[in-house]
Amino acid sequence: MDLTPWEKVKLARMPIRPTGLDYIEWIFKGFVELHGDRLYSEDRAIVGGLAFFDDIPVTIIAQQKGRNTKENIARNFSMPHPEGYRKALRLMKQAEKFSRPVICFIDTPGAFCGIGAEERGQGEAIATNLAEMMMLRTPIISVVISEGGSGGALALGVADKVYMLEHAIYSILSPEGFASILYKDSTKAESAANDMKLTAQDLYKFGVIDNIIPEPLGGAHNDFEFVTGKVRDVISSDLKELMSLSIDEMLESRYKKFRNM
Amino acid sequence: MSRNLFKAKQYATSKVYRSRPQELKGSEEEKPNVPQGIMTKCSGCGNVIYTKLLMKNYKMCECGFYFKVSANERLAMILDENTFVEIDPQLTTRDPLNFPGYGDKLIKTQTQTGLVDGLVTGKGLIFGLPTYIGVMDASFFMGSMGTAIGEKLARMFEKATEEHLPVIVYTASGGARMQEGIFSLMQMVKVSAAVAKHSEAGLLYITVLTNPTTGGVTASFAMLGDIILAEPGALIGFAGPRVIEQTIGQKLPEGFQRSEFLLEHGFVDKIVTRDKQKDTIGLLIKLHYKEEERIVWT
Repeated sequence: MDLTPWEKVKLARMPIRPTGLDYIEWIFKGFVELHGDRLYSEDRAIVGGLAFFDDIPVTIIAQQKGRNTKENIARNFSMPHPEGYRKALRLMKQAEKFSRPVICFIDTPGAFCGIGAEERGQGEAIATNLAEMMMLRTPIISVVISEGGSGGALALGVADKVYMLEHAIYSILSPEGFASILYKDSTKAESAANDMKLTAQDLYKFGVIDNIIPEPLGGAHNDFEFVTGKVRDVISSDLKELMSLSIDEMLESRYKKFRNM
Repeated sequence: MSRNLFKAKQYATSKVYRSRPQELKGSEEEKPNVPQGIMTKCSGCGNVIYTKLLMKNYKMCECGFYFKVSANERLAMILDENTFVEIDPQLTTRDPLNFPGYGDKLIKTQTQTGLVDGLVTGKGLIFGLPTYIGVMDASFFMGSMGTAIGEKLARMFEKATEEHLPVIVYTASGGARMQEGIFSLMQMVKVSAAVAKHSEAGLLYITVLTNPTTGGVTASFAMLGDIILAEPGALIGFAGPRVIEQTIGQKLPEGFQRSEFLLEHGFVDKIVTRDKQKDTIGLLIKLHYKEEERIVWT
């Protein structure tokens, strides 16, 4: 059963779809959440912390949608402010210090657009993450679990290995925003979704992602054990591969990966 | 110094003829101010200025309005005369999504503007000191960044790293090139990565933010300069003001996302008027210049 790009957009946004914290709970043990960017505040659109993956301590960073309206408001519908990205960077630098791999789960419509976000330098926060993640001397694995919206997703997406779930999307802008800019009509989102090439299948073909993680019929929520099993396999084999490289080799290949896009 | 010759001390202006019907006036004002005629009208105050004088005054009107500057005009304002050597002048996009209608629009825009894409890169001298420089040109697809701009910037930073030279980038961009989709997004990483390597080598990177600098350009190389300068009154932000107004459902305050606002919030080192930019950048390069790393200029 092949879904159209627009069907995938709708599926990726379904409230029933598993969120970052669900993946953390199912794949890792002993999760300790760590809060705050040490500069301004705590952004609940991004969850960060430490846990064991098998016996390996890792740092986890996940964009978090709410599982109901109340939680969605608290988490700003997973649209981070600059402090969210700065918290993520703080935890990544900490991971580098303690030689822990970093695992990121990407799920955001985009970085938040608002007065506070601009006042506190949304652009600067994202830019800094891009540059710092490129040079971070520890392995990084990123998985787009549902929605990978624009620079707001990319700020957790500079990784040695980048994956997408089978029905996840990853794009320059939401199809609605794209249609509004290019076709001057946000109701043309469905045809925009076709033109944008935002499915996991498209991005794999382009070489933008390393592989596609399969989902059961109907989507990840139908058999979450199956999906988390696949994610676990991918992380497990990647960590073996990445930790066998010297850090300089790893950084060289991380650079080349994005340099060729 | 010879550069003082270019600083106009006087302006020739005259009042614009104001008794036209409103609708005609409106349509006329939307026309771009291409300074090919003898006189140029200022969109800020409506005055008409001698084009020659305007060029000598760095395309600034006495009312404070900044006219758009093309990449070539910008290079002439900043670099020592006849020292610019362009790199990758013919590098163009490969239309990676095969996006409907994009190929034709590209050719049309290239013909209209005489540009290959929205960025010129190369090497030149500022008061005798060598530097790499990239200048975005907002007249090409609103200066939006696609694969051509990303690749040209990455190549320039890599060359600068090899040759131990500083980089200056003038930004002017509406953000990402929509027609190149995910590839435009990935250019943000590619360029930031090349900037990070240049930085790791201990080399100087100066950005000059001009009107407008938004979206993916702000969220990558524009904000990564060791020193970030801005032109007065430039719109600088991540999200555009219209998108923010739609998202939050309220009017934005006066001056929001302008250079002065960014300076106040700590995201810009210094606002520099056009006539002072060469002096300022030249001084900054001199402050970072290491004699032992001198490259023989050929």
